[in-house]
Amino acid sequence: MTIPFTPSRMEEVMERTLDIQGRSLWDDAFRRLIRNRAAVVGIVILGLIALAAIFGPFLLAYDYSYQNYEIVSCAPDWWPDSVVLCNAGGTHWFGTDSLGRDLLVRTLVGARVSLAVGLIATLVSLVIGVAYGATAGYIGGRVDELMMRFVDVLYSIPYIFLVIILMVIFNRNFYLLFVAIGAVEWLTMSRIVRGQTLSLKQKEFVEAARASGVSGFGIITRHIIPNVFGPVVVYVTLTVPASILAESFLSFLGLGIQEPLTSWGVLISEGAAQMETAPWMLIFPATFMAVTLFCFNFIGDGLRDALDPKDR
Amino acid sequence: MFSYAIRRLLGAIPTLFIIVTLSFFMMRIAPGGPFDAQRRLPPEIEHNIEVAYNLDKPVYEQYFIYLGKLLHGDFGPSYKTKDFTVTELIADGLPVTLRLGGTAIVLAIFIGMLLGTIAALKQNKVTDYSVMSAAMIGITIPTFVTAPILTLIFGVYGVSLFGFDLSLPVAGWGGGALRNMILPVIVLALPQIAYIARLTRGSMVEVLHSNYVRTARAKGLSSFMIVVRHALRAAVLPLVSYLGPAIAGILTGSLIVEQIFGIPGIGRYFVQGALNRDYTLVMGVLIYYAAAVILLNLLADLVYAVLDPRVRYAR
Repeated sequence: MTIPFTPSRMEEVMERTLDIQGRSLWDDAFRRLIRNRAAVVGIVILGLIALAAIFGPFLLAYDYSYQNYEIVSCAPDWWPDSVVLCNAGGTHWFGTDSLGRDLLVRTLVGARVSLAVGLIATLVSLVIGVAYGATAGYIGGRVDELMMRFVDVLYSIPYIFLVIILMVIFNRNFYLLFVAIGAVEWLTMSRIVRGQTLSLKQKEFVEAARASGVSGFGIITRHIIPNVFGPVVVYVTLTVPASILAESFLSFLGLGIQEPLTSWGVLISEGAAQMETAPWMLIFPATFMAVTLFCFNFIGDGLRDALDPKDR
Repeated sequence: MFSYAIRRLLGAIPTLFIIVTLSFFMMRIAPGGPFDAQRRLPPEIEHNIEVAYNLDKPVYEQYFIYLGKLLHGDFGPSYKTKDFTVTELIADGLPVTLRLGGTAIVLAIFIGMLLGTIAALKQNKVTDYSVMSAAMIGITIPTFVTAPILTLIFGVYGVSLFGFDLSLPVAGWGGGALRNMILPVIVLALPQIAYIARLTRGSMVEVLHSNYVRTARAKGLSSFMIVVRHALRAAVLPLVSYLGPAIAGILTGSLIVEQIFGIPGIGRYFVQGALNRDYTLVMGVLIYYAAAVILLNLLADLVYAVLDPRVRYAR
């Protein structure tokens, strides 16, 4: 005797399945990430720095380009070394720089610029790298070989030299800095995406899509790209600090952000020039930058562990 | 093996050609010429200068002239350092950069491998964690932060230990004096030490768990002999393929280090050339760097094949 499959019974079955919460790859990854203490601390600190960078300059009493010649290169009031030439006084908690500008607000504005460069350059590299890698991997054959050969060629130049040349050509353009750094950071991204695409393209769901007449562009955007997301996310968290470093590197050499706007690289460069008499000008921006880079690295490591399917 | 080396060398030629072409045309697109001065020169003189540097000819002709000269090892005249050719400037700076970078990489390999091995032997102990945290710091803190900080400690404040004065000169080359080299070499080597230590630890941990190491231990070999005789050979392999990126890293770092410590190497010429829009100099150094990176990568691959008999370049 068979159980009659009535509508009410079907509802019961469906209700029971609804009770079982499915855990997707991302749920699992998130759980693992939360358990990783270093990554969580990294996320929290990074969040605080980002909040301070966004809102800090509005809340502070000084403008980042306001120069007060009464207090040039002055230490903050609480500076432990007693042999300082002068104290900035008031609310200059980080002291002042060589033009009498408040260092705290400049460090925060520098954080804004550095984080923005990191994020936007990474976005540029993400767009170029994913599009390039997915196209090469999906088309395959001759085209793939040619496209990847080009990547190999670019790989053989230490990339910072390319950025320097781009900055020389385009005359230290502020907006171009973002694009130039992104335009050289996409190489590894495109390799990762290409490798993933090559294996994805053999999968049944891609074949099914092709059989039902989806165009090549549609398959790449709808089926391939969403599936390469995991490794890409990990690589993105490592590209952001690399971009921040690249920008500071250029600014340190005088090829990046130009005055009066500032970034951590500019501040560190100014601080390094004055460190004998005014070490705070070096220590504060350098600490901010180092902490930020640490956070990104910890988050990247955490994400890699969380998304690594070998652990599952 | 030999034919593989030849094929790779031939493969490097189109790569270099593309780099030369790309950089040449990028430099020509650039707005503003190398001779834009505050004071306008009389048009006749301006014309004479253009003729002297072949700038009056069409771009493609300039390109072929440049290529032809390049084949003879002539990078052309420097646009900004008058009376010097780029070849002379490079020949002037190269020994300095080579000495600095070479010392740094040797130091990085030795110390990095030593630290990595120690960490692997004490896996998951305090030593391991402290070495790896130090490596993390070495990787994240950029050269342009470590250089001023070390200068501050050893140069400006001066450190004395047990009555010895440890203060070091903070700038200048001093004709390559040892004292002048210590700080720049350390700054250059630090990030690479950190990377190499991490790599060595990773591969060493793997090797130490392998069967043949267990056999060696079972037959009573001392832990020192196991590491030196057996484990190190296998663990060194990933390092060889890291040599290419390491050299690129040292070259990049030398830009900053030469600038900070005032060392007359080609990295400083590159930065000065970039700031002054000295196109021929920048291109010359870039081509030099690219050639060096390509050649050293090739060398690393060949060394890898010699060390690891499992890798055979047959095709």
